[in-house]
Amino acid sequence: MIQAILVFNNHGKPRLVRFYQRFPEEIQQQIVRETFHLVLKRDDNICNFLEGGSLIGGSDYKLIYRHYATLYFVFCVDSSESELGILDLIQVFVETLDKCFENVCELDLIFHMDKKFPALPEGKIQGANARELQMSEVHSAQICRHIFLLDSALLTE
Amino acid sequence: MSDIVEKTLTALPGLFLQNQPGGGPAAAKASFSSRLGSLVRGITALTSKHEEEKLIQQELSSLKATVSAPTTTLKMMKECMVRLIYCEMLGYDASFGYIHAIKLAQQGNLLEKRVGYLAVSLFLHESHELLLLLVNTVVKDLQSTNLVEVCMALTVVSQIFPREMIPAVLPLIEDKLQHSKEIIRRKAVLALYKFHLIAPNQVQHIHIKFRKALCDRDVGVMAASLHIYLRMIKENSSGYKDLTGSFVTILKQVVGGKLPVDFNYHSVPAPWLQIQLLRILGLLGKDDQRTSELMYDVLDESLRRAELNHNVTYAILFECVHTVYSIYPKSELLEKAAKCIGKFVLSPKINLKYLGLKALTYVIQQDPTLALQHQMTIIECLDHPDPIIKRETLELLYRITNAQNVTVIVQKMLEYLHQSKEEYVIVNLVGKIAELAEKYAPDNAWFIQTMNAVFSVGGDVMHPDIPNNFLRLLAEGFDDETEDQQLRLYAVQSYLTLLDMENVLYPQRFLQVMSWVLGEYSYLLDKETPAEVIAKLYRLLMNDSVSSETKTWLIAAVTKLTPQAHSSDTVERLIHEFTISLDTCMRQHAFELKHLHENVELMKSLLPVDRSCEDLAVDASLSFLDGFVAEGLSQGAAPYKPHHQRQEEKLSQEKVLNFEPYGLSFSSSGFTGRQSPAGISLGSDISGNSAETGLKETNSLKLEGIKKLWGKEGYLPKKESKTGDESGALPIPQESIMENVDQAITKKDQSQVLTQSKEEKEKQLLASSLFVGLGSESTVNLLGKADTVSHKFRRKSKVKEAKSGETTSTHNMTCSSFSSLSNVAYEDDYYLNTLHDRGDKELKTFSLNSELLDSESLTELPLVEKFSNCSLSTPSLFADNSMEIFHPPQSTAASVAKESSLASSFLEETTEYIHSNAMEICNNETISVSSYKIWKDDCLLMVWSVTNKSGLELKSANLEIFPAENFKVTEQPGCCLPVTEAESTRSFQYSVQIEKPFTEEILSGFISYHMMDTHSAQLEFSVNLSLLDFIRPLKISSEDFGKLWLSFANDVKQNVKMSESQAALPSALKTLQQKLRLHIIEIIGNEGLLACQLLPSIPCLLHCRVYADVLALWFRSSCSTLPDYLLYQCQKVMEGS
Repeated sequence: MIQAILVFNNHGKPRLVRFYQRFPEEIQQQIVRETFHLVLKRDDNICNFLEGGSLIGGSDYKLIYRHYATLYFVFCVDSSESELGILDLIQVFVETLDKCFENVCELDLIFHMDKKFPALPEGKIQGANARELQMSEVHSAQICRHIFLLDSALLTE
Repeated sequence: MSDIVEKTLTALPGLFLQNQPGGGPAAAKASFSSRLGSLVRGITALTSKHEEEKLIQQELSSLKATVSAPTTTLKMMKECMVRLIYCEMLGYDASFGYIHAIKLAQQGNLLEKRVGYLAVSLFLHESHELLLLLVNTVVKDLQSTNLVEVCMALTVVSQIFPREMIPAVLPLIEDKLQHSKEIIRRKAVLALYKFHLIAPNQVQHIHIKFRKALCDRDVGVMAASLHIYLRMIKENSSGYKDLTGSFVTILKQVVGGKLPVDFNYHSVPAPWLQIQLLRILGLLGKDDQRTSELMYDVLDESLRRAELNHNVTYAILFECVHTVYSIYPKSELLEKAAKCIGKFVLSPKINLKYLGLKALTYVIQQDPTLALQHQMTIIECLDHPDPIIKRETLELLYRITNAQNVTVIVQKMLEYLHQSKEEYVIVNLVGKIAELAEKYAPDNAWFIQTMNAVFSVGGDVMHPDIPNNFLRLLAEGFDDETEDQQLRLYAVQSYLTLLDMENVLYPQRFLQVMSWVLGEYSYLLDKETPAEVIAKLYRLLMNDSVSSETKTWLIAAVTKLTPQAHSSDTVERLIHEFTISLDTCMRQHAFELKHLHENVELMKSLLPVDRSCEDLAVDASLSFLDGFVAEGLSQGAAPYKPHHQRQEEKLSQEKVLNFEPYGLSFSSSGFTGRQSPAGISLGSDISGNSAETGLKETNSLKLEGIKKLWGKEGYLPKKESKTGDESGALPIPQESIMENVDQAITKKDQSQVLTQSKEEKEKQLLASSLFVGLGSESTVNLLGKADTVSHKFRRKSKVKEAKSGETTSTHNMTCSSFSSLSNVAYEDDYYLNTLHDRGDKELKTFSLNSELLDSESLTELPLVEKFSNCSLSTPSLFADNSMEIFHPPQSTAASVAKESSLASSFLEETTEYIHSNAMEICNNETISVSSYKIWKDDCLLMVWSVTNKSGLELKSANLEIFPAENFKVTEQPGCCLPVTEAESTRSFQYSVQIEKPFTEEILSGFISYHMMDTHSAQLEFSVNLSLLDFIRPLKISSEDFGKLWLSFANDVKQNVKMSESQAALPSALKTLQQKLRLHIIEIIGNEGLLACQLLPSIPCLLHCRVYADVLALWFRSSCSTLPDYLLYQCQKVMEGS
């Protein structure tokens, strides 16, 4: 099961954070910080999996991350997930964002509010079915806060 | 397809916007979006955190004013919500808006509702109290005819619905499973999945409906149901074996590309779906040949189809390999899977390499030769720059450790440990090193040094079991007394040297270990006197960096040493200093020491040398205080009442039973955790078995055989000869400068080659030292039975002890627990006792054997036999009642007839108890086994009767029950039979006690027998046990019921619909009485009181009340889980009849 999705930039500034387990605000921030330090230490040419740690739930959990330009996408999952599967899921996620924002970049995640993007309804884009199947794991078709916001921004228009 | 619906859904907002009445929606829209936009822009334009805070506070206060103003329209509210979400996201408190979010979800039109639900799901969490206010809205929306509203409600239910409120929406969501739209069905399945996660007991009754979802014509719904199945199968795979066919068919269709193209990802059909199906199959096929056979074809197909063109196909392949290795093995598939692992391990892509190592770790115990094939890669990975890869490699090495390679592997682990700084890594690795050291230590010095390293690095983060185990090991010792003493002496010496070093800080745990060992075993020292040791401990005591806990350990050590050191100034000084210590604990210890010090004789008898592992007789009933109590009572003191009794009395004074009608029925007690999973996790399983496999190889392998293959001289002759060739082809010197240059280059190259090959050689050396003991001789032992010999030190000694019968053993932890004699006597004439008390000894041997629970106990059979014979041998049921009549026709009919006669004879024997009918549970050509349950008042008695169908003589038939988590199974006497005469039947009786409530569990075991002295065979069987087998009526009065009712804290309420046949209360209760063995205490009007107990003695009370056709059940018990399970059973009974 996916426990958390974290997106932060090369300086560790969180751009998108979604926990599927209740944590107090300070713990959330601490988790983001620690994750950032763990991920930052690693070169681009070593493997994309990080094991265990005391972050969320202990040894059963893995961090699976991908680095795109200025952003790190980190998924925290438990042992019931396939590592490579999640890696591709991140790819799908980024592709989806890309479709929304037309060449997504970090700035889009900051100023996405009043742009006229097609939102992220499920099942509309190619690959999304696959994504959605997996995402159902986290009981939600919408991925995270920003996407939620995006969704609502669309609705207000 | 769901696409169409979704498109409609996305189009809906637009429609609504168009339809919105009133002038100027466009203007309003602009202002909304710009207000949020300007807020975002404003924030990003700021330079400092402080400014941001100011701006947000400003924003929040204006929002607060707006949302609480009565004039605010819903449309404005919606806009405010979006901004509130943004503020909350930035980490500012917007709790004043929560209630408005709920209101918006309740009142608004579709769009506003949408934003309201969104805000609620972001603001609140599952246990937030405001969520109660949302329940009504959700219920209303679930009943709505509008698709979008139903969708929103289902989404929010699966996101943050409170657990206690599940009964309120459950029937509605169940109905949605039959909805005509796929998207609704899918969302309903997901909502139920969520319920299953947080409160599995509440959705137990709709398992049938999940099956329907699995067969849904829409792929989305089917895929959603897989989540539930994966979860349920993980918990209990045996209940879903019949679905294997369906899963296989689905996977076949997916692999064959039968799904709509939408589900393709990089032209791979639904990869995540495949992964999930493969996992389910792996769980189902584990250790089950018949189920596994069903899936061989499709696995083969998957392996073949997964062409390596994309990352995600590797994910599928990996899962396939995993499944192939976890199900019942098939050699062809294993071969293919091994090839796949090779692809992973040799891949240049680091992620795949990582997974390859992981796969190797999984399969290593089944197929150690695979590790040999890839040994060079593994060696390379050991020096990999990526610490994660390194760690995975160490994990792999940990699995293949044996007595021959332990030093090299532990050294590698220690190297890694010294580089690593993460606490998690240290804790994990330190535990592994300690385990390996304990199991395979080649000699004392190495063991102590390794443990020293473990303690100094692991320090205070490691698991407390490690120092405890280490100390126990030292104290209990193993086979050889002199070796024990040497080990202890070595430990003492090494600690003294460590303490001599100046300016070194050791972790507290390490100091504690040291002080205990020094306190216990300093007497072994020749050179140094106890006084010197005390001086060293004293120095530590005065050290400020030592924690007060450690100081107590130290002072305890000093106390132990004091009687040995005839007179010591240091002790006096210590007493003097610590009797005025501010730490009360230390002061007490110091005073104790002081008083003991004054009476040396007492001290010596209190603190004898080397008696650390003998049990102390503790008078738990505190009988020596009886006089004091009697005196107190005679002087008029009130008798003591336990805490619960006092509370009960207090409660019963305050309240009487409340018979008010119930409100909304939901369980107010927490479900403390889910059903414990049946423990099928592959990972843990492996770690459990790996050690044993390793050891088994050690037992069977010869070192010489391996040297031939992997030794220094013989290893990879090809490479060596290659270097030889190159040196032979050295270019002949020529005059041309150019050629000289060439030559120089060649030489350089060559020297590189040489150095490289040197490195290679080093690696090969390492390889040969690492992989020793994993030679090709080791056969692939796929279904190897667990070997109990595992710990080099501890266990072995026990086994030996058990075998050696009455040979006296040097240590007595285990023995003493069986000895009924008092401990003091035990100490003095232990040897005498063991010789005299032979009956006792036999008992001991037997129980030790049964503890081991392996084939060992079979070899000990004669002894066991003797035991059972000499003690209560029950009269054999059929010895005199010969079955000769059925002799000639050896048909099954005969055996069936025999069974029935057997059953009838049991009937006679056990008329006072209810019992089940005989049921055949397994058979083969020679024997057939059937079983009965006898529901005795105090336990469940399981009877297995073995019928010999062949005309041959069966010898030493034996029945073993596998240990189960939730049961305690005790053998009833008369179970063992040396010779089963041809065509006769024998029975085995076991009483089963429940340890933990459950719904349904499986008890399995096997019958083993010898035929004609030569051929031995085994037959496995399993029996389903239900909770009901352990429920007995509890006969109490109404008054007692009232008292008990108040004293129980765990309660569960639920309404159940009654069928017409049982519409009246008495008939419903009668059903419960008959089916569940509940005792009806009283029926008052439309209410009924019932009681039962779970064996051995956990009471559960039930209060029923009828209105219309609904039966309100209210359970209370002292056990937190029992009411849930009983409720489930009640529901089943009420719905079933």
